[in-house]
Amino acid sequence: MAQSKQTPSLLSTNPSKPKSSINLSWDWLGVLPFAFFIIVFLILPSSRLITDSFQDAHGNFTLHNFVMLFEDPLIVKAYYNSIQISVVTSLIGGVLGFLVAYAITIGGAPGWVRTGLITFSGIAANFGGVPLAFAFIATVGRTGFLTALLNMAGFDIYDQGFSLYSFLGLCLAYNYFQFPLMLLTITPALESLRKEWREAASNMGASTFQYWKDIAFPILMPSILATMLLLFGSAFGAFATAQALTGGTLVLASLLIGTQIRGDTMGDANLGYALAVGMVVVMAFTIGLYALLQRQTSRWLR
Amino acid sequence: MNHKTRTSLWAWLWVIIGALYFFVPMYGTFDFSLRMIKGQISLEAYRVIIGDPLFQEAIVFSLEMAVITILISVILFVPTTYWIHLRLPKLRPVVELITLLPFIVPTIVLVFGLIRTYGGPPFSLTNTGETTNILLVGGYLVLSMPYMYRAIDVGLRSIDVRVLTEASLSLGSSWWDVILRVIVPNLRVAILSGALITFATVMGELVLADFLVRPALGPYMVEIGKDRVFEPAALTIFSFAINWAAMGLIAFFARGGTAQQITGR
Repeated sequence: MAQSKQTPSLLSTNPSKPKSSINLSWDWLGVLPFAFFIIVFLILPSSRLITDSFQDAHGNFTLHNFVMLFEDPLIVKAYYNSIQISVVTSLIGGVLGFLVAYAITIGGAPGWVRTGLITFSGIAANFGGVPLAFAFIATVGRTGFLTALLNMAGFDIYDQGFSLYSFLGLCLAYNYFQFPLMLLTITPALESLRKEWREAASNMGASTFQYWKDIAFPILMPSILATMLLLFGSAFGAFATAQALTGGTLVLASLLIGTQIRGDTMGDANLGYALAVGMVVVMAFTIGLYALLQRQTSRWLR
Repeated sequence: MNHKTRTSLWAWLWVIIGALYFFVPMYGTFDFSLRMIKGQISLEAYRVIIGDPLFQEAIVFSLEMAVITILISVILFVPTTYWIHLRLPKLRPVVELITLLPFIVPTIVLVFGLIRTYGGPPFSLTNTGETTNILLVGGYLVLSMPYMYRAIDVGLRSIDVRVLTEASLSLGSSWWDVILRVIVPNLRVAILSGALITFATVMGELVLADFLVRPALGPYMVEIGKDRVFEPAALTIFSFAINWAAMGLIAFFARGGTAQQITGR
């Protein structure tokens, strides 16, 4: 108490200046540069898109653009593809990441394997964009390293219907950052499962399966779901890898915005803004749900 | 006993699958990058890239932008975060939420908004390269903000901001001294981590530079990828190396820095 009273006198240049209200206004001044930055580079650009998306070509208010999001076949297809690839890669990446995380925690893999995998995950989770596309082209592209290797073994993956420049190929590439992201976030949760819970369960005659079904999974579920939402978001917003890999043959919401910026390809600028706002809405919903689930997990795990 | 070995085999299986997922593309890319000259292993692809004037221009440009972004980021976020810890703790949840906004606004939407807002009159910032760079750096700052803010926030949490500030003020330091000679030295590790992540972000970024039409490394990679075969692989290895170096340095500093961090010098 004494301390908090002392602080203002120390901090203000004029000791006779009392009143916390004056101090308060000075305090707010300190975040002004930050507020300015946020407004200029984040708030204004976003709100410009939002206001434009509610206007027609003549600047009148309309909801037509948002109706079109659900009616224009190209836009519907783009959103459908984006959501599909995000769901598929967050499921596959989630399951794979969980299993590897399980292996290096409860599975009892040696310490150096654990450290190694976590370090690589830290790098792979941040690896994306054009280099990621190039890495997969060099590996499983038409003339890639693995493709050539399998060819020598008499197995042509491209004859079998695989193509890197397709939905499946994009899934493969996205998983390069998806499953490490899962691994990184779920490992601490797995670590905090207490040994006592397992012992207590087996003392009462529960099998390993029962332990997982009735105890471990219910406790872990919010973290798993939260992380998968995070994975969904990271795939949904991605642009560079998809552009470099598919060259736009696969229609995604992010790619469609890209062509719209380059030149009004939809022939309706305001519809383009609505398309962008739609992406933000999906992301806000995803991250909001993530935050909600994140709060849930703190009940059992810390 | 039997049960135990089974679990372990199962674990090994997934460790191996995970490790293969990491290493096969990495090795494949590396292998590919060495095969530019038919029938032999060579560093030709790397030589071609390094000798390309466009690459030199791109790397210099991206390095410049990275340094500018890091400087502004540190100057903006260190005092702000410090001030919030010291005087506006109630604002912390709000600021935390704001710093997460870049996750909600995809980069493609951010650049769309920037072009739409500042591309035309009255600002017309996209008319010249120099003014477009303002938007580019602004965008980079937004993209790296969650990481920079978090790094500094965690760093500030580990020291007693209030006691350090009062102690140095009562000993006659100016505010300038408090920030530069007390707070910043205590945050060395945090600032360095934030700076390295920002560096990696800027060097690997495509969308902002591409749509703002600036000669950065990302757009250069796309151009190379269009009509070359082996050079993109060499560029990917290069990009991997930047990421590795940044992450490795963060791990290194985080380990060595904690003991010194508490004492403040």
